[in-house]
Amino acid sequence: MKELMLGNKAVARGLYEAGVAVASSYPGTPSTETTEEAAKYDEIYCEWAPNEKVAMETAFGASRAGKRSYCAMKHVGLNVAADPLFTMSYTGVNAGMVILVADDPGMHSSQNEQDSRHYAIAAKMPMLEPADSQEAKDFVIEAYDISEQFDTPVLIKMCTRVAHSQSVVETGERADIPVKPYVKDAGKYVMVPANAKRRHPIVEERTRKLVAFAEESSLNRVEEGSDTSMGIITSSTSYQYVKEVFGDKYPVLKIGLINPLPEKKIRDFAAKVDKLVVVEELDPIIETHCKTLGLEVTGKDIFPLIDEFSQGLIATKLGLPEKPACKPIEGLPGRPPAMCAGCPHRGMFYVLSKNKITVMGDIGCYTLGATPPLCAIDTTECMGASISSLHGFNTALGAEAEKNTVAVIGDSTFMHSGMTGLANIAYNQTNSTVIILDNSITGMTGHQQNPTTGFNLRGDPAGKIDLEALVRAMGINRVRVVDPYNLAEAEAAVKEELAAEEPSVIISRRPCALLKKVKRGEPIQVNPDKCKSCKACMKLGCPAISFKDGHAKVDATQCFGCKVCSELCKFGAFETLNGEAITW
Amino acid sequence: MVTSIMIVGVGGQGSLLASKLLGRAAMDKGYDVKVSEVHGMSQRGGSVVTYVKFGDKVNSPIIDKGEADYIISFELLEAARYVEFLKPGGQIVTNSQQIDPMPVIAGTAEYPSELISKMEAAGAKVDAIDALTIAEQAGSSKATNIVLMGVFSKYIEEISKEEWIKAVEASVPSKFLELNLKAFEMGLAAE
Repeated sequence: MKELMLGNKAVARGLYEAGVAVASSYPGTPSTETTEEAAKYDEIYCEWAPNEKVAMETAFGASRAGKRSYCAMKHVGLNVAADPLFTMSYTGVNAGMVILVADDPGMHSSQNEQDSRHYAIAAKMPMLEPADSQEAKDFVIEAYDISEQFDTPVLIKMCTRVAHSQSVVETGERADIPVKPYVKDAGKYVMVPANAKRRHPIVEERTRKLVAFAEESSLNRVEEGSDTSMGIITSSTSYQYVKEVFGDKYPVLKIGLINPLPEKKIRDFAAKVDKLVVVEELDPIIETHCKTLGLEVTGKDIFPLIDEFSQGLIATKLGLPEKPACKPIEGLPGRPPAMCAGCPHRGMFYVLSKNKITVMGDIGCYTLGATPPLCAIDTTECMGASISSLHGFNTALGAEAEKNTVAVIGDSTFMHSGMTGLANIAYNQTNSTVIILDNSITGMTGHQQNPTTGFNLRGDPAGKIDLEALVRAMGINRVRVVDPYNLAEAEAAVKEELAAEEPSVIISRRPCALLKKVKRGEPIQVNPDKCKSCKACMKLGCPAISFKDGHAKVDATQCFGCKVCSELCKFGAFETLNGEAITW
Repeated sequence: MVTSIMIVGVGGQGSLLASKLLGRAAMDKGYDVKVSEVHGMSQRGGSVVTYVKFGDKVNSPIIDKGEADYIISFELLEAARYVEFLKPGGQIVTNSQQIDPMPVIAGTAEYPSELISKMEAAGAKVDAIDALTIAEQAGSSKATNIVLMGVFSKYIEEISKEEWIKAVEASVPSKFLELNLKAFEMGLAAE
């Protein structure tokens, strides 16, 4: 059957057809839908793990037990899971195991633009790179065969344009994969130095065999062209751009197995063309390999190391003229993303901004607290860094920082890697104040459950970690819960905990306004006769409030009815749509 | 021959459903189809773009400057933002609704005036329609996206009305089908 499928959905279809039994992942754009779509097949057990390292180790456990397993993460998630990755390369697998990593060139939804292909080289693990949805499905199935044939986990590298593009996929049937019995084998699975020393040569021998496989495999295919004055080596979405520009004019070596790369196949291809060009996004992985083979090659000398590519970029860099186009309209205001109307984070960020508090930020929707007009966040690096770096900041500066600096971190991010940072605070005792922005969901990636929500990936009831009890058990004595819609309560809590002479945690708790279970309040309005145009409410940066004709105005279709704005109005200008005063 | 359509708007306006509908209609017609979306941070009220391309063989899933045959926009300023992606003389089908972006809300910028004539001056043909009001008349402002697709369907001669309706039926949940079919018909009938 033919179906129009998102690349990520096609990956899930591949998991189904490959007979995969267990999937454990942590959400991260653009990888999230692979696991959500896999969960729609009853035959595949799917879960959200607290972080990528746990997910990878879980998947590995399932593979060792004898069932095909899977885990997925975004590029920065692979940094978190790098520890198991490198040693699993030594142990190999029992049943097949695939690790999907989704890069985000252009940083549509990421904090950096790292090229995950480096990991495959560094961990000496095979990596496949599909270029559309059909390949995404087919490569997943082939990856399991490679995994079992060569006794190694296999990486699949996606990028935003493959993960989040739909193209036509021909589906097949699910393979019946018998369980491979687990056999105790300390030499293979217990990586103490003596055993690891025996495994490392096996890894190197495996790579030699994989190079031979890369020479023959149809994953790396030559497409002949009519003009051999140039030949192009490319992979992933860049392949699509090359074909868009040149069609069948120039020969193309389309790489599907990005690690290890073939040698003879590349030399033979290079020998047939006058000029060799490598087109690849981000870092020069294929290009460096070609240079190692002693080949003269055009690559990053003309193509950028930065941002995603497009057909237009490739065309102009290779000397074709720009296409005629409508003229751009200059001077249009931008439309950056913003916290939603009714977002529970807004109230807490208002309090922090108003009191000019230094805020160590973290990764999630609440990173948008850094945007104007609130500008409430000072730092953002990676999952969990808010808490650990707050401890470092306070350690360096002592009381002067402790009285005016906080960390903010979401519930899911706290579970991911905030707990260990808090353990450091509880252990080494800085008077740090940590604010957990508990919106009862993993927001930015599109509402995934986590260990604090009480539901599993399928939405069924599950174990629920009690944040207050957890934090207390870690040795934090001052723990309090506030409602961020109540600005006075939130502000009092922040001031008191900053003043306290011991570590403290404030849980700012209210569910995400976009959750289906959250009831919208009645929209409110501004009485223009009472509005004194002081713009105090405008400091919230609520998308439902604008300033028109000299007064604040609420857009009733956007207003969530949170009434936080009314708390800022000294003149009582906000009222119900019936003209009544706002009550709580 | 490939037809390239950009669907633009503000995160949360329902562009994913519109692209699903269009992709479906084109695939059922036997075309090769690619649809490219962006998920994640930009969905939080930011400017969002979806690319839909169909034809005998589609390679790149994205649309570059000067390549779009059509822009379907759910918001007026967003139509103007992407005008340089249109081929000269390309067609814009836009909702006339205006949604203030954060710089306008924060008072650091003004919502631009005379956008339709600016787009025409840039070389585009513009079909602007109050799809929000039509959607409300159909029963819900949430159907604005389907109203616009109804308006747009007139421009794609390759796909018949019946085929569009089949795609709507396949793309929306059954409890909202009646609303969406009505919205589509009203968009199609709108002048």
